[in-house]
Amino acid sequence: MTEVPPLAHMPGARHDDYDAGRRRQFAVALMLAAAVGTLPFVVTDVYAQNVFILTLTYVALSQSWNILGGYCGQVSLGHAIYFGIGAYSTVLIYMKFGVTPWVGMAAGGILAAVIALILGYPCFRIAGHYYTIATIVIAEAALLLVLNWEWAGAALGLQIPYAPDSWRTFQFGRNKLPYFYFALGLALLTWILCWVIQGSRWGFWWRAVKDDALAAQSLGVSAFRSKMSASAISACLTAVIGGFYALYVSYIDPGSVMSFELSMLISLPAVLGGIGTLWGPALGAAILIPLSEITRSYISGSGRGIPLIVYGTLIVLVALARPQGLVSLWPTRQRQMRS
Amino acid sequence: MTAPLLRIRNVTCRFGGLIANNDLTLDVAAGEIVGLIGPNGAGKSTLFGVIAGAIRATEGAVMFEGRDVTAQDAAARCVSGIARTFQVVRSFDSMSVLDNVVVGALVREPATRAARRKAHAVLEFVGLAARAEAAAVDLTPPEKRRLELARALATDPKLLLLDEVLTGLTPAEAQQGAELIRSIRAQGVTVVLVEHVMEIVMPLVDRAIVLDLGRIIATGSPADVAAHPAVIAAYFGERRRA
Repeated sequence: MTEVPPLAHMPGARHDDYDAGRRRQFAVALMLAAAVGTLPFVVTDVYAQNVFILTLTYVALSQSWNILGGYCGQVSLGHAIYFGIGAYSTVLIYMKFGVTPWVGMAAGGILAAVIALILGYPCFRIAGHYYTIATIVIAEAALLLVLNWEWAGAALGLQIPYAPDSWRTFQFGRNKLPYFYFALGLALLTWILCWVIQGSRWGFWWRAVKDDALAAQSLGVSAFRSKMSASAISACLTAVIGGFYALYVSYIDPGSVMSFELSMLISLPAVLGGIGTLWGPALGAAILIPLSEITRSYISGSGRGIPLIVYGTLIVLVALARPQGLVSLWPTRQRQMRS
Repeated sequence: MTAPLLRIRNVTCRFGGLIANNDLTLDVAAGEIVGLIGPNGAGKSTLFGVIAGAIRATEGAVMFEGRDVTAQDAAARCVSGIARTFQVVRSFDSMSVLDNVVVGALVREPATRAARRKAHAVLEFVGLAARAEAAAVDLTPPEKRRLELARALATDPKLLLLDEVLTGLTPAEAQQGAELIRSIRAQGVTVVLVEHVMEIVMPLVDRAIVLDLGRIIATGSPADVAAHPAVIAAYFGERRRA
């Protein structure tokens, strides 16, 4: 191979800075997770704990979406299909075959990844907005299929039968703590995965594909393979979280785990907080989800209009004032993430 | 003489009824700087795209280091050792200058730490080291050209394709650019460049290939080519030949 420029020895300081910056981010994430972990002891109210669990679930969901939509730039508005695959796999495998939901969650994750690859094969040949439209249409088609699928409960949905509290059946009655810590674990896991991706060559490749696919290809990056792998990882995580959500609420129907509104809710925290950033999805979810729960209970009753108006307003405000998302308000952090 | 690094065999490119490249055959030897010149619409950019793998030729073959790479896409050609720049710069604007170059370096260095080290070295080489931490979007146009060059060089190419890298620069900047291209060749990289600015191209290249209307009308040393009647006709029209 031809040697290009003589690889002069560069001052090591900048690399150390870079590595130190990344380690600092990791330490902050761990400390933040530990701090959040003490919350249920400070706030023992069951309703508040429920909001915490949902918020952490959306932190994880939006971070999973961010892998494909943020880092790789492929905006999916049909992630509810993967969420639904996870939820239904988990519940069906448990109810119909008596197998522990842990297996169901794993199976759902694998199935979602495979389906993401099958759907990606044609869909990633279309670019930009057309890809986004395709994701919406496919998710809607899947919703209709499940609505009419008798074996899976069709429109009535599935109720997980009560069982004694145990980690094997993932049921804990009225005790919210196991769910809380599992959700916290999922949020931390997805964050760490993004952190690893950001430091790996996949992170560079995906961001290159997002910025300019043609230029990326000229540098040896396969845009198609990048999109496929990002999509599979994103779908797998989304499905596992979907499985967890089903176990937590113990009742699922197509409207609650496969709807377009859910797809929006998965992507919105990342959009609000900052697409393609490590902290954006977490920040966005921490603002949006409590807000949505509060407006849902205190303002809108059973109607769904007001929370959507609130999200819409927030998104428009962010898009106008801070298109890079709220995390860009922290200039030092932003610089660390870029370098 | 050893076998040519790049061989183009009977390449024809049709876009509907338009024939952009008509049965082109040419060789590029290792270590050469070859200039691809010709008036607008001559088919330079198409040929360039065919070599880089961005455009699939309708007929004909592209051989690189004796291997047929006709079926390889752009990414695979980069892995084979063909790198390119773009006429309209295509930097990764959400990334830093350094990260742009890291993307190129990752082709040969799977570990990001090693790729970063190499990217720093390449930026030093093209004279952009001071801007390593800047956002790519903040660079001046001449700096962006250098960034494209750095990114391509970071892939350790054997053949470097430069698409009008010197166009639009001031004479002094273009002169620096030409120096840079010479030092790249001195590292053992073969260079094929498409260029419009004759004053700079001619002293820089070992050999010029002149295209007009999809065909090669002249090839040879810059002096021979500039005096070639067909070239004069193509550039200035028939009447000026006398």
